[in-house]
Amino acid sequence: MNTPGPVSPIPTPEFGVEPGRGRVRFVLVRLRLMWRSFRNGWGIFMESRMGRVSLFTIITFALMAAAHPILMAFVWDPATYDPVTGYSFDQVEQPAPPSWKHLLGTDPLGRDVLSQLLYSTRSEFVLGITAALVTVGIATFVGAVAAYYGRLVDSFFMRLADLIIALPAISLLIVLSALFHLNLFYLALIIGVLGGFGGTAIILKSQALSIKVKPFIEAARVAGGGHFHIIFVHIIPHLLPLALLYMMFTVTSAIFAEAVLSFLGLLDLRMSWGIMIHTANTGGYLLGGTRYWWLIVPAGASITLLCSAFYLAGRALDEVVNPRLRRRND
Amino acid sequence: MESASNTPETPNAQATGSDASDGEPLVAVHGLTKLFPVGGGPFRKPSSFIHAVDDVSFQLGHGESLGLVGESGCGKTTVGKLLVKLLEPTDGEILFRFGDPDAPVAEASWDSAAIKGRLLRSFRRRVQMIFQDPYESMNPRRTIYDIISEPLSVQGMGDVQYRVDRVLEILTLVGLTPAGAFLFRHPHELSGGQRQRVAIARALVIRPSFVVADEPTSMLDVSSRAGVMSLMQDLATELGVAYLYVTHDLAVARYMCHRIAVMYLGKVVELAETEELLRNPLHPYTKALLSAVPLPDPGRRRQAPDIRGDLATPIDPPSRCRFYERCPAATAHCLDHPHPPMEEKSPGHFVACYEV
Amino acid sequence: MTDRRDPLLTVDGLSLSYQTRQGEVQAIRDVSFELARGSALGLVGESGCGKTSVANCLMRLLPDNARLSAGRVLLDGQDVLLLTEEEMRLRRWRRISMVFQAAMNVLDPVYRVGQQIIEAIETHGVESTDSAARERVARLFRMVGLDPQLMERYPHEFSGGMRQRAVIAMALSCDPDLMIADEPTTALDVIVQDRILRELKAIQQQLAMSIIYISHDIAVVAEVTDVVGVMYAGRLVEMGDTSDVFRAPAHPYTAALMSSFPSVSGERRSLTSLPGEPPNLSDPPQGCPFHPRCAYATDVCRTEYPPQARSGSHWAACWHPLDATLVPQS
Ligand SMILES: Nc1ncnc2c1ncn2[C@@H]1O[C@H](COP(=O)(O)OP(=O)(O)OP(=O)(O)O)[C@@H](O)[C@H]1O
Ligand SMILES: Nc1ncnc2c1ncn2[C@@H]1O[C@H](COP(=O)(O)OP(=O)(O)OP(=O)(O)O)[C@@H](O)[C@H]1O
Ligand code: SF4
Ligand code: SF4
Ligand SMILES: [Mg+2]
Ligand SMILES: [Mg+2]
Repeated sequence: MNTPGPVSPIPTPEFGVEPGRGRVRFVLVRLRLMWRSFRNGWGIFMESRMGRVSLFTIITFALMAAAHPILMAFVWDPATYDPVTGYSFDQVEQPAPPSWKHLLGTDPLGRDVLSQLLYSTRSEFVLGITAALVTVGIATFVGAVAAYYGRLVDSFFMRLADLIIALPAISLLIVLSALFHLNLFYLALIIGVLGGFGGTAIILKSQALSIKVKPFIEAARVAGGGHFHIIFVHIIPHLLPLALLYMMFTVTSAIFAEAVLSFLGLLDLRMSWGIMIHTANTGGYLLGGTRYWWLIVPAGASITLLCSAFYLAGRALDEVVNPRLRRRND
Repeated sequence: MESASNTPETPNAQATGSDASDGEPLVAVHGLTKLFPVGGGPFRKPSSFIHAVDDVSFQLGHGESLGLVGESGCGKTTVGKLLVKLLEPTDGEILFRFGDPDAPVAEASWDSAAIKGRLLRSFRRRVQMIFQDPYESMNPRRTIYDIISEPLSVQGMGDVQYRVDRVLEILTLVGLTPAGAFLFRHPHELSGGQRQRVAIARALVIRPSFVVADEPTSMLDVSSRAGVMSLMQDLATELGVAYLYVTHDLAVARYMCHRIAVMYLGKVVELAETEELLRNPLHPYTKALLSAVPLPDPGRRRQAPDIRGDLATPIDPPSRCRFYERCPAATAHCLDHPHPPMEEKSPGHFVACYEV
Repeated sequence: MTDRRDPLLTVDGLSLSYQTRQGEVQAIRDVSFELARGSALGLVGESGCGKTSVANCLMRLLPDNARLSAGRVLLDGQDVLLLTEEEMRLRRWRRISMVFQAAMNVLDPVYRVGQQIIEAIETHGVESTDSAARERVARLFRMVGLDPQLMERYPHEFSGGMRQRAVIAMALSCDPDLMIADEPTTALDVIVQDRILRELKAIQQQLAMSIIYISHDIAVVAEVTDVVGVMYAGRLVEMGDTSDVFRAPAHPYTAALMSSFPSVSGERRSLTSLPGEPPNLSDPPQGCPFHPRCAYATDVCRTEYPPQARSGSHWAACWHPLDATLVPQS
């Protein structure tokens, strides 16, 4: 059995029998299949208005993030436009309202608001995406393992999840940030870990449970697949679509959490949308009503827009990964 | 139609029964029992038990195929899953003797309960199962190639080229031609019968010694079925593959199996050589079963099979004959005696009934 | 026997193909038939010849890669293929129901079996109260030989045949006008099968329900249907009253199908299969699709698709029908 017996080669249009070439073809076919299913999903995503709007918004923000270093290198003079250390000397009064030189005005410390806004976009993306990757990585693994092994492993992770859900995340973050200097990376990590061991893990576990009872898992065991094989080859791929969806939602909550913490002045960041609002607030300009709108509206609107864009992207993805929402309501 | 290619051999013409290989059976099952709890929870004691398999014993020789027929829900699949170690028995033992000289494990006889870890891996190489439901037993995200080559790849057999060749070969053998056109389809792109053939290919591609085939051809038309059945029989003669062949179709059992065991509510009630069983059924349930086989003739009307009542439940059944409630031949004796033991009425013909 | 003036269902020139990487699979080609109210039609044919595809067209449950290239499906004079998804959803289960070949796919692994059927009943407003729906399911369970206690169990605790019976109960739960039973008894022993077929026959007469039986088991079809259609390579090749077709099959394929049927009683003949390979639906043979395997094939068979040879309601698409009473139509 261990030594391969004689094989009668069967020439087919797809596969020659020359050794070596088979493997390359093989990989190509795989890639093409993946491409095809990606294209199908893409079509469904783009069919929904939510999908198109959210994608457009996200791309716009991504372009903004990319624009900042270019502007700083070629257009803007760092002394004036640096988002943190710049100072606009030609304004008599700070904060100054929008002008041709400062399209969104300057803040109470004389810094250009547009530059701050663009500069922060990148950190928001880094934050959101790191948090989302950490969440989904942990939640997928925890969900699959808890569902697969059940019993003690399951109880342990589920009680842990209950505990995390019971803790109010924002207050926990406030406590943590008061105790430690939280920079962007640690913040992303904490949000990711909280989400990963918390609610997202429970959702992915219930999905994994419905996969675990399917006969193809038994079939894989009979084929000789070990625990590792079954978890990674048969269970986790079925969780990925749902995981992707929760990734979108995590981005939303991470950006939001950062805004709240920065607003409270608890984060050790150079600049972010939350800090922009925080600066306006400490100067007392939040009370000034609409007079100093440029201090609040750009950052506030960006937070709202990007958060909802990721949320809507999640909803549109839901339609891709949950065919039940599309057709067959029975 | 003078079409007679692929004619499966008469199984009875081959070596029959457990004496196929120096008297040692490949599989010996003694007192196999499986109870499923009902109504229990993680912290509550179950209130009762489903007696899915209750004290079943039989033997199976190298290259032999034993048919397992019986009422839907009587425990046939459960017996199969116990044999391939997907379930652990509540009671009873299963012994395997693969009689394979270059087996990595030196033991001559394997007690199923002791098979773990490394041993389990090489056990999986020898024992395969064809699952009853070809729709749910395949991962919808994997291609036909992935599905069929899975036993080869998890066992680390051969390289990609070798696996592709083996898969193409077996696809052709089960009648999925041109094989190249099926390789990268997904299961949902196949018809029911085509999937069943994929399931068969997957179990046979690794060339096991023993296969539990759970209704492997129930969705195949007679013509495709004949091809698959002759493939299975060729493997039996060439490699000595033994089958436990679960089926509802007595005509299929007639062609595939040397012996047939009839089950009713967790118990084997009759066991005999195929032709003997079909010609001379002794147990009242077997008789009813044979009389219910439909005939391909619209003019003829069969009368309803001779069986009373309908619902028999395997939940904590009383200790008397399991068939009592529905038996047309039941007597007072049956009522106050325990379930009848298996008795050999004629050589090789066992039956569990007081009134035979 | 059947009232031909009042067809419940008319299928006219239906053609369907699936897009695959290896090209188009022509699963249904120009299939037409009528089904009278209260009668039973059998569809038989080789594995993969397109029987399930026909059923899926009637239910309008087609996979994404399916293309309907031509044809009409009239249910009570209304074209099912032109209905909106919402209109179709209301008709599914209520007007047309189906016992799927994939019994397990219909049952959601995480809900109790009884609950799923009750839900179907309530969504379609067949019974208004929960207890009435429950009572109805219990009755259906008893009818298909399942203990009503089993309603409280999960699908994976059912045996294969029990699942199949639960799905039959589900298909009957809304008193449909037309039930399509796709291999309804493959997992059932002959005694339970006998019982269910008798029950279905009784219901069919009581409620004037029409049934389409799809089966590879021609013995079952012979017992329960009034009209039978034989499919080969996506085409309907012979059709007629069951007694006529079984008494004198006219198409060589039908004859081959019947002669190779194994039997339990009588002499043990050796099992035969058709010579040659099953047709490749991506590249079906020219002319009569059966010609590569047909013993009667002549030159005309290889080039031109045969016209219908007809006698009354019995017809066969063959140049050389075995039953001489069938007259070719020009
Ligand atoms: N995991 C399980 N949990 C609880 N009960 C189960 C489980 N698996 C099977 N059963 C029960 O055990 C009995 C036997 O089931 P099994 O699947 O062995 O029947 P079967 O003979 O294969 O029937 P079929 O021919 O319908 O497939 C049934 O009553 C079933 O409900
Ligand atoms: N989604 C799909 N994509 C591509 N090909 C498909 C798809 N579904 C079915 N097919 C192909 O179409 C043909 C007809 O399939 P269908 O399921 O209708 O067959 P069937 O007559 O029901 O067969 P069986 O008796 O085996 O169930 C088959 O050759 C099958 O491989
Ligand atoms: S022992 Fe009695 S009840 Fe049981 S099968 Fe025999 S006659 Fe019937
Ligand atoms: S048309 Fe010709 S090839 Fe086709 S079935 Fe008839 S005789 Fe055979
Ligand atoms: Mg079973
Ligand atoms: Mg089908």
